[in-house]
Amino acid sequence: MIDLSVQTTLRGKHGAFSLDIHLQSSANRLVLFGPSGSGKTLSLQMIAGLVHPKTGHIVMDDTIFFDSAQGINLPTRKRRVGYVFQDYALFPHMTVWQNLAFALRQQEKRLPLLGNAFRAIVPSRLNDEQQDSIRYILELLEISHLAERRPAQISGGQKQRVALARALLISPRLLLLDEPFAALDPLLRIRMRKEIDSILQDCGVPLVMITHDPEDVDAFAEDLAVYANGQILAMERGFQSRSLFAQDSLSYLSDILSKGGQADRPFGFDDV
Amino acid sequence: MEFSLFGQQFSLFPIILSLKVAGLSTLASLILGTFVARLLARRRSVCAAVIDSLCTLPMVLPPTVLGYYLILLLGQKGLFGPALKQLGFQFMFSWQGAVVAATVVVFPLIYKSAKTALEQVDANVEKAARTLGASEIAVFFSISLPLAARGILSGAMLAFARGMGEFGATLMLAGNIPNKTQTLALAIYDAFQAGNDALAACLVILTSGICAAILITADYLLGGSR
Repeated sequence: MIDLSVQTTLRGKHGAFSLDIHLQSSANRLVLFGPSGSGKTLSLQMIAGLVHPKTGHIVMDDTIFFDSAQGINLPTRKRRVGYVFQDYALFPHMTVWQNLAFALRQQEKRLPLLGNAFRAIVPSRLNDEQQDSIRYILELLEISHLAERRPAQISGGQKQRVALARALLISPRLLLLDEPFAALDPLLRIRMRKEIDSILQDCGVPLVMITHDPEDVDAFAEDLAVYANGQILAMERGFQSRSLFAQDSLSYLSDILSKGGQADRPFGFDDV
Repeated sequence: MEFSLFGQQFSLFPIILSLKVAGLSTLASLILGTFVARLLARRRSVCAAVIDSLCTLPMVLPPTVLGYYLILLLGQKGLFGPALKQLGFQFMFSWQGAVVAATVVVFPLIYKSAKTALEQVDANVEKAARTLGASEIAVFFSISLPLAARGILSGAMLAFARGMGEFGATLMLAGNIPNKTQTLALAIYDAFQAGNDALAACLVILTSGICAAILITADYLLGGSR
């Protein structure tokens, strides 16, 4: 169950962009659909704690991530939210194995002040249990053969698997996928959609995905929020079952967007 | 210690002192400069801009002006002079003073390159580390620092070469006392003033050789790490 109610205004050199979102969903898979620059990524970054709204609250199950009224703002590292970035954001100076090991090490108990710095400079060996969980996730995502490669040496689809594996290793409360298939070529896109679908079914982690591709909506949306101009234009619950007998989703989405007015990306904002 | 080159006898002391001063001041600036760069990187406030220009100032001010400021701060009658004397520190006319002077002079070189290098690290990669549960300390030491290391080290290389040749601020604060605070640059000046052209020429060639060797070695080491 995620409860997101946030307001903020970003000021750029060429004007302002305001976001005003009220969103509640208890679905296992929530898709945020909308044109670029409608505030989807911003919402996702707020859930992860990478951007802070001016006012509002963000609650995940029983945990308050953010509440301006109570002055609560849980730091990103304590939210345990798996985030797969659009460009995957793998650590370029580490091998695939080290990328995953980094995620696991952060779950260890914190040491006193300088201990953490020391551990960051001289990483300890992983224990058997930790090594096993890395091996398990590598096998689950079929990337065991890539363990010793660096991100620059693997393909886009493989990077995505690594990023997903890394996010899953922290046993996240919630998984956030930012345009997961946009950067892949069309054939790979169809395949990865199926694979991620089945992996997520295995893991049972709740998912919030943002996309501007109606096919992603078809494949993933249980609940669907349609974004435009920093607001939610329409909220559909149980979308997947609905689309089977009613209107197909492409015409539904274009209908809604034409009513709400197709928004262009606000000038001067790369990432909203 | 005596040393002979091209038939010239001269003391090894200035060479060793110069290497010591350049090494220690580079090390001090490396730690301090990287720390300040981390604090100010990606900040766009007025306060950050003011501190940034203060940190860059030693690069544009004449070294004599820096030396003057340092005397005001650390001299016998300076702002912190008496307190430092109580603690057993003596910066006026001592080799420690030469290190302090060189540190201030080379600081901007490391600070600037560290700041640029840290800002060039992909912000998403740092954010990803945070979502995985990393504290700011872990993000810095495991992600930002390794990715910025080449830029920071090339700044350190320049700083060391600059520290080897430090003259003005050192002269003001530490003076020019043979076998105590006389660095290579000061020894050359001394020899030239005294009309000992042959000795000056020897020292000049030696200094050029050492600096070139440092730059070539550092370039080789940095180039080979990729």
